[in-house]
Amino acid sequence: MNRIGVVVFPGSNCEYDAASAVTDLGAKAEFIWHSATSLGDVDGVILPGGFAHGDYLRPGALARFSPVMEAVRSFAAAGGAVLGICNGFQVLTEAGLLPGALQKNRGLTFLCQPTTLVVASTNSVLTRSTSLGQELRIPINHFSGSYTCTDETHQQLVDNDQVVLRYVDNPNGSRDNIAGICNEGRNVVGLMPHPERAMSTLLGSADGRALLAGFVGQTVVVA
Amino acid sequence: MSTSPDALHRALGLTDDEFAAIKVVLGREPNHVELALYGVMWSEHCSYKSSRIHLRRLPTKGDHVLVGPGEGAGVIDGGDGIGVALRIESHNHPSAIEPYQGAATGVGGILRDVFSMGARPLAVMDPLFFGELDDARQRWLVEGVVSGVSGYGNSVGVPTVGGELTFDACYAANPLVNVLAVGALPVDRLVLGVASGPGNLCVLLGSRTGRDGIGGVSVLASAGFDGADGAASLDDAKRPSVQVGDPYEEKRLIEACLELLDAKLVVGIQDLGGAGIVCALSETAAKGGVGLNVDYTAIPLREEGMAPWEIMTSESQERMLAIITPENWEAVAALCAKWEVRATVVGKVVEPDLLPDGSRVGMLRVRQGVEGTIVAQVPATSLADDAPLYQRPLARPANLDAINADDPTHDEPTGSLSDELLELLIDPAWVYRQYDSQLFLNTVVGPGRDAALLRMAGPGLPASNRGIGLSTDSNPRWCALDPRTGTALTVAESVANLACVGASAKALVNCLNFGNPTHPEVMWQLSESVDGMAEACVALGIPVIGGNVSLYNESGGNDIDPTPVVGLLGVVDSLIAPPPGWQWNSGNHVVLLGTRSAAGDEAFPLGGSRWATKRGRRGGRLAGFDAGRLVPVINFVTKEIAAICAGADSDITAVHDVSGGGLAAALAEMVAVSGRGIETISLEGRGEFFAEFPGRFVVGSSNVEALVARATAAGVPALVLGTVTGDALRLGDDVNVPVSELSARRSGALSSQLRVN
Repeated sequence: MNRIGVVVFPGSNCEYDAASAVTDLGAKAEFIWHSATSLGDVDGVILPGGFAHGDYLRPGALARFSPVMEAVRSFAAAGGAVLGICNGFQVLTEAGLLPGALQKNRGLTFLCQPTTLVVASTNSVLTRSTSLGQELRIPINHFSGSYTCTDETHQQLVDNDQVVLRYVDNPNGSRDNIAGICNEGRNVVGLMPHPERAMSTLLGSADGRALLAGFVGQTVVVA
Repeated sequence: MSTSPDALHRALGLTDDEFAAIKVVLGREPNHVELALYGVMWSEHCSYKSSRIHLRRLPTKGDHVLVGPGEGAGVIDGGDGIGVALRIESHNHPSAIEPYQGAATGVGGILRDVFSMGARPLAVMDPLFFGELDDARQRWLVEGVVSGVSGYGNSVGVPTVGGELTFDACYAANPLVNVLAVGALPVDRLVLGVASGPGNLCVLLGSRTGRDGIGGVSVLASAGFDGADGAASLDDAKRPSVQVGDPYEEKRLIEACLELLDAKLVVGIQDLGGAGIVCALSETAAKGGVGLNVDYTAIPLREEGMAPWEIMTSESQERMLAIITPENWEAVAALCAKWEVRATVVGKVVEPDLLPDGSRVGMLRVRQGVEGTIVAQVPATSLADDAPLYQRPLARPANLDAINADDPTHDEPTGSLSDELLELLIDPAWVYRQYDSQLFLNTVVGPGRDAALLRMAGPGLPASNRGIGLSTDSNPRWCALDPRTGTALTVAESVANLACVGASAKALVNCLNFGNPTHPEVMWQLSESVDGMAEACVALGIPVIGGNVSLYNESGGNDIDPTPVVGLLGVVDSLIAPPPGWQWNSGNHVVLLGTRSAAGDEAFPLGGSRWATKRGRRGGRLAGFDAGRLVPVINFVTKEIAAICAGADSDITAVHDVSGGGLAAALAEMVAVSGRGIETISLEGRGEFFAEFPGRFVVGSSNVEALVARATAAGVPALVLGTVTGDALRLGDDVNVPVSELSARRSGALSSQLRVN
């Protein structure tokens, strides 16, 4: 996989960071404006962080109506790799491509801080290059990142091995320490932490490389 | 508006003399609309009429200065074809009344200043000053301001990478909210706020215009609060002058404007800030030497029934003025439509009028319709440049001698030094955790350290391995004792902070927060402060590339302590490895670089220290600003740390400058952050523990002999204080605090004072 579409909604702000991370891993990043009705010829698509449509109403609630989301839905249904980071995760839950919802953090403040994640499943397009139980130092940056879902959904997530990342020290009150999940097809992943912000020891951590290298289809992680 | 103009001008904030001057300029009585335009443009906030004659004494020149004071932001040549733009502003009075929106729109305003130069905003810093937290209103202000910076800054997509947090009773009724922004641009995209080319179009971009923020610069920013305690009744009356921010609109405006500039579709561009569209129109016309015809009925409105003077002076947020050629209009409209940014032609550039004496003057004409009735016509330069300048009376405060004589330096109370030290420790993480500090993947050193360090990189910039160091600094405790020396030392402190991240200082911006300029003591403080800043900047070779003056910071007749805030920008030539932080390793030696005592082996004075202030001792003297003592140690540390950033091996494992709380606090902070105890020699009394004099650094070293040899060769005093060992902070026999207690006290101090979890 080497062509990665990065969807840009008005109000997205991590699109350059996501593009730079996948480029750093040898992939080619292409921005896809939210009004597009086709993703073009891409091998995977990222919904980056930010505040799509200002996060007005609630995060992701308006973005799910952007024309590009129909294309993302078809792409996912055909087995295409889709990654929602932070606001992108919120959009994916609002669009029904991932179960559950993200509510306000337990402390009712925005949180930008490093967290330690533990890989809970390696069976997803994001975690396939990591090992089970591996700890990763990846920052979070969100106000509404507390994962919540019904008891049945939670049971399904656990039974189907759909929880892919958990917080070691839960920062936001997420149910079952969930930091990231995948769909049943394992090709759509959403997570609140920002792996694209953990690409280099110069910036504090290079642990995000293992995740994104898996997503862009590399099996060897470039240190 | 039924009152006669001669009574009206006072309501608009103009004095009788200023009203008379307007009549001379126009050669007639101004009408109501014209009077409103002068009211905002000749306000203290817009015209700097009380401060400008003093600001001229600041050095502004430098080979690397591309744009100096007077534009939206100052710009320097950062190297590798990258221009770095820097700007600082205050949003004090709006934040006192409506803390969330006041702080939020402070961020929005400063970002527009930066991207109006063609620079992409890359980072924000926010120096904040409140009263003591035992007052519920202060806690409300802190939470409101912090959520405003967080809510707007995070959403608009610009990281907040640092700031300052100061609590002092003098800010209880008049908190200070200053915001600094840095941006970067390919140097060939640099654009100025100039209108030129008769026939060109004035295009208003962004939000519709409403009644929010009318008279903000004159009603709010250029008058004090009368209530003794920030009285609520008064706040309520001024609340309509506070603007309301929409970060989503601003985000789209940033992207649209940068795309317009990249596509070379604009001739000039300027933000609409204080004083609204009249400010942008008159300033761009004055700079371009042209006239402008404006149709006020073309300006999209948020509400019905707005009068022309309201439309022209509204400070509604998220608006920009672009000057474009008519043939580019379709392309501009299409690009703005993509970003869902409103674009409206509201006027046209015209030739300046030819006067009977043969001279030319660019007239700003406000019309009802494109060729309709003229509702205001005034020379653009008279609004932008011709406000009266005041040489206001100066007087050294009569009680300053007594204050200086009340010196706490030789206080040696019998209490526990450990307790006195613990009281001084406060970790601002509760604040900065609420800010996105990492966007753009540039943040090598983020908030909570001596200075921020960013990669000099961003979307659309040429590739570079350079870094940008940023620090904001202030010390009102020092400046209250001696505004000249206090300000000079503040500049030195800022340079020392940059040294800790290996950055060499390149440019300074200032935000001069002072009291009521009609008080001669306040003007003396301002004048002294400017002289101190000039002295330090000349001695250290730093040009001042911009600034902001905030006066009338008073309440109930009490002025705030003089609070000059400096924002300093530095450059690291090669940034491929992070500089050392505050975390030392077991077995390291702990070394003090810089002088142990003031001249003549006197202890550094404790006047103006946090320790003294905590004990209610607000008098005393400062040690003098001495470039001969500061420059060698600052240069030494800068060079050592810059080498580490460039990838060199070094024995230096940790570095922190001695500032608020003195040497003892610096050591305690490093112990708390690294989780590793130290044992040091005995320090000599409170003076050595707690005195705050810049140009001293604590470093951890894995090869102390080599470090001392290098320092000695550079003429820098180096004193081995002790070693990293054990699980307690042990300072001689005087202080012995377990690391766990130190960390818990420091990290919990702010949230416990704020009474939040």
